[in-house]
Amino acid sequence: MKKQIEGSRAVAESVALCRPDVICAYPISPQTHIVEGLGELVKSGELSPCEFLNVESEFAAMSVAIGSSATGGRTYTATASQGLLFMVEAVYNASGLGLPIVMTVANRAIGAPINIWNDHSDSMSQRDCGWIQLFAESNQEALDLHIQAFRLAEEMSMPVMVCMDGFILTHAYEQVDMPDQAQVDAFLPPYEPRQVLDPDDPVSIGAMVGPEAFMEVRYLAHAKQLMALARIPEIAAEFEQIFGRNAGGLVRPHRVEDAETIVVALGSVIGTLQEVVDTMRDQGEKIGLLSIRAFRPFPLAEVRAALGGAKRVVVLEKSFSVGLGGVVSTDVRLALSGIQLHGYTVVAGLGGRAITQDSLLRVLGEAIEDKLEALTFLDLDWDIVNRHLAREAETRRSGPIAENLLRDLGVVGAKVY
Amino acid sequence: MLQVRIHGRGGQGVVTAAEMLSIAAFEEGRHAQAFPSFGSERTGAPVVAFCRIDDQPIQIREPILAPDVLIIQDATLLHQVDVFQGLKLDGYVLINSRHPFDELGLEDIAERFCRERFITLSATEIALRHLGRPLPNAVLLGGFAALTGLVGLDGVAHAIEHKFGGEIARRNIAAATEAYEAVADATRSGASVAGASQEATE
Repeated sequence: MKKQIEGSRAVAESVALCRPDVICAYPISPQTHIVEGLGELVKSGELSPCEFLNVESEFAAMSVAIGSSATGGRTYTATASQGLLFMVEAVYNASGLGLPIVMTVANRAIGAPINIWNDHSDSMSQRDCGWIQLFAESNQEALDLHIQAFRLAEEMSMPVMVCMDGFILTHAYEQVDMPDQAQVDAFLPPYEPRQVLDPDDPVSIGAMVGPEAFMEVRYLAHAKQLMALARIPEIAAEFEQIFGRNAGGLVRPHRVEDAETIVVALGSVIGTLQEVVDTMRDQGEKIGLLSIRAFRPFPLAEVRAALGGAKRVVVLEKSFSVGLGGVVSTDVRLALSGIQLHGYTVVAGLGGRAITQDSLLRVLGEAIEDKLEALTFLDLDWDIVNRHLAREAETRRSGPIAENLLRDLGVVGAKVY
Repeated sequence: MLQVRIHGRGGQGVVTAAEMLSIAAFEEGRHAQAFPSFGSERTGAPVVAFCRIDDQPIQIREPILAPDVLIIQDATLLHQVDVFQGLKLDGYVLINSRHPFDELGLEDIAERFCRERFITLSATEIALRHLGRPLPNAVLLGGFAALTGLVGLDGVAHAIEHKFGGEIARRNIAAATEAYEAVADATRSGASVAGASQEATE
């Protein structure tokens, strides 16, 4: 059924259609509306049976999720930013133990300086934790991905993060097509655990493993992610058959066939980029776009196949490895091993900085002329950066950076966006 | 594509207004996207929300830089925030105030744009009368429908009902309807102020 609703509400209703047994909830912006929505659905009885647990922290949320998943319950939670960081030890345990928890990460920057707005620093910090990471381009895809995530997680017996841009998607009202219960039931069978804590058939889960087998256990986690590489597109294809929509999969190319320049990105910026690429195509530029929809496992072969024929590749990412540059770019370079082409990294949208069509047109134009720096920060305000560097060179006690920059900028509230 | 930017202060229902506008457009069979630009999340702090309406699915996600319509829910922002930034030359402007532009110091700005598309509406006054609280958001949507004709009053009423329901919806719909009629009257007669009580305009 078509509805005009908030992204968070769409995800809450979609998760409810997946019949979770346990939901662990701890609020943090911009994820809060999702678990609030689920709380309402449990309280009203629309989602039943389901145990909705208000926990005392994110660490508790993931710990409870581990317990409930190990006892055979279909388990869901959601978090963002510092919340994800706070639960990290348990996040690694969930994947190490092979527990198919599904978690939404409403992508948000990490402090300091404290910032509630969107970028990909939070989930990227967990790219090596052993969870599958799927990225949503739109609210429709976010709700569709949650349904696929439970199926994938439970088949593989490993946890899945569905990453959706905080505020840009979570707080956006737009049209979504909400599936009905029968469709979801046809796609997602009841959870059949591979391992379960059952008093009638006792086992232990979570042995200490020494040098004799630790490498092998870790390798098996990798082997499972490689199996997921094969299953993700199959599950997306089955999804499309039942629901009639293309969602998920490993990558989604747009006009890459004869493209000399290809932009690579993930998440909600794909929509704006698609407009920009179409505009540039109309102007005669041979440009295309590749959306990475599964970031872990990373689809090396698909990325190589899509980009290998291009003259230049621009990775536009909302993440940043301080002291190196791009995060996604590093993986894209690996996919292109041995292929000669111009590679550019554009770090954009950190801490909610708007990514506009005008700025994208400018930076992609510079890339096409091969005038772009290898590492570019989109719309960086060099004025306040240089002013601060000068201040530091001049005075030892130059004061806190964040406060200094805000003072240089003046009244932020006077800006329109 | 039609792009609407709504300025107001935390607590005035700015984000809700954009959401309701998107629902009204959806009810009329169109595609719509509403989203906030949250700032400090404090009561009284400047807040901006956006709404795009189109006949095709909307894929861009940038803030609205060149609006076709501006709704200003709080006139005290006029000299604090550059609310007119990027406004299209033939854009519509709806300001919550009982005062005409010249009294708001906007005569020059109104002349630069399409003057007959600028109007002030005493939305807070109408809200106080119907709701007993100074919440101008639904009232201004009624005015928006009359000023622009870009959504119907029925669509606005439906969105209010969807968002609030019950008595609160009924009162807001009555207030929005009054605003719709006041703005329709004012545009017919060429007045630049709508809905101000006799006492206020004297």
